[in-house]
Amino acid sequence: MVNPTKMLEERKVSPSTGNANLKIEVKNFDFYYGSYHALKGINFPIYEKRVTAIIGPSGCGKTTLLRAFNRMHDLYAGARYEGKIIMYPDGINLVDKNTDPLRVRMRIGMVFQKPNPFPKSIYENVAYGLKIRGIKSKKLLDEAVERALNGAALWEEVKDRLHTNAYSLSGGQQQRLCIARAIAVEPEVLLFDEPTSALDPISTAKIEDLIVELKQRVTIVIVTHNMQQAARISDYTAFMYLGELVEFGPTEKIFTKPEKKLTEDYITGRFG
Amino acid sequence: MTLSLGAKKAIDVALFLFLMLMGAVSVFVTFAIVWVLVVDTVRFFTHPEGGGFPISLIRFFTETQWTPTFYNKQIGIWPLVNGTFLIAFISMLVAVPLGILVAVYLSEYASWKVRETVKPWLDFLEAVPTVVYGYFALLFVTPILQKVLEPFGIPVEGMNALSPGIVIGVMILPYTASMIEDAFKGVPQYLREASYSLGASKLRTALLVVLPAAKSGVLSAYLLGFSRAIGETMVVAVAAGMYPQITANPLEPIQTITGYIVQVALGDLPFNSFEYLSIFAAGFMLFIITLILNSIAVYLKSKAVGY
Repeated sequence: MVNPTKMLEERKVSPSTGNANLKIEVKNFDFYYGSYHALKGINFPIYEKRVTAIIGPSGCGKTTLLRAFNRMHDLYAGARYEGKIIMYPDGINLVDKNTDPLRVRMRIGMVFQKPNPFPKSIYENVAYGLKIRGIKSKKLLDEAVERALNGAALWEEVKDRLHTNAYSLSGGQQQRLCIARAIAVEPEVLLFDEPTSALDPISTAKIEDLIVELKQRVTIVIVTHNMQQAARISDYTAFMYLGELVEFGPTEKIFTKPEKKLTEDYITGRFG
Repeated sequence: MTLSLGAKKAIDVALFLFLMLMGAVSVFVTFAIVWVLVVDTVRFFTHPEGGGFPISLIRFFTETQWTPTFYNKQIGIWPLVNGTFLIAFISMLVAVPLGILVAVYLSEYASWKVRETVKPWLDFLEAVPTVVYGYFALLFVTPILQKVLEPFGIPVEGMNALSPGIVIGVMILPYTASMIEDAFKGVPQYLREASYSLGASKLRTALLVVLPAAKSGVLSAYLLGFSRAIGETMVVAVAAGMYPQITANPLEPIQTITGYIVQVALGDLPFNSFEYLSIFAAGFMLFIITLILNSIAVYLKSKAVGY
């Protein structure tokens, strides 16, 4: 048996500043792969400049939900969204047919499960998003690349070899490079899809510190299969099971006084 | 019926020997072809009519005319090499841009259904006999070129390098496009997703991420296409003319190495004469050129599995 209160003792969460404004609201959201009903009637809020963790056993649909926020499913045939994912302050529905997925992805960045830098130089990797937004000035690019690499706690390690291939970096460094690439374009929301599952414990700790730090600037949604990780870094936790959202609430509450029996069983390690 | 262990082993050995023999035959045939080529090339260069070795070899690389079938024999290979590369170069002007476009469309834009419908048609284009392409060049493309260019005062000869060059470009297009598409398919999906997640469009992703990641595969496809254009025979034999000359003007008749070999092989020159042997020297040159190009292509392809 796992003791959830113990998990919370390792919390890295720095006190969040400001009011918890609503950033994204998932409303009666359903998702289908062809005829397979993958997500059913999901409702929950995501607060601005907070870390929201989505947890649940494998196959519960947490990654599917995450990839709906930036419309990654549009790349594959047979995906269908129903319901709403409203993003504030402008109140657009991210999954509406008339919403351009390119515009959604311009505002919502993503870091993937496995580090996936481009086979280009470190500099080119970070500058990629800026270049496709039409920024050509070398001075602006240089500044933005340095800022992003600093933000991803990678600058000191790579400043002397910005033009070497990104594949010369270690796995943990590559993942921080991917974070730098994502924050370089200053997204409003940053999605993390199990960002540490391919990394060693030291690299994992660095990425976790980074996420806690980043929430000063950006709203973060992280999918993790690792409950300890959710307990360590998130302000809110959503627990999913079999394509449904079972419970959502502040992380301390989910880990100490969950309302649903299912949540408690999962948190305490009875299944999953 | 059950066989004894000894009988089973004997069958195994017999089968092994049989298969090895079959494999050896194909290797042997390849070596035999090269051997014939080498032997007759040596006989060409030692033939008294060419001045004997090493004078003939020096003439081969220093003279500027190729007339071994004339009374005044000149045996400079460069006019044929010039014609060969001129045709191949023109064909690449067609195949390089179109190859990328077709491959980008098929691999990044087309739905699965379209791709599966179009690809067999590309393969079908490869099944058209090359002599058909030759007549297409001579009777369709050349008259069009004449109609389009002659009003501007640009004379286009009935036999010229441009028309077969364009047609060969179209002919090798399915081959190169399909190889480039394979190279694109080899680019991991997670790189595309990384690009899309940053707000990139399909075109940007294809040109800035997929293409650079597949560049060694793309280069190798082009090199193999180029070496096919160099080795192409029927189209040039029909439509390029029989006039070996060193020129950069694609509107004049030229002759390629393969075109010359066809001309001589079909003619009534005495077997084992100097004229007859000259096709082996020319063929050996062609063999060396395509061997080098293919080796570079294979090397690039082996490097392509790097990311």
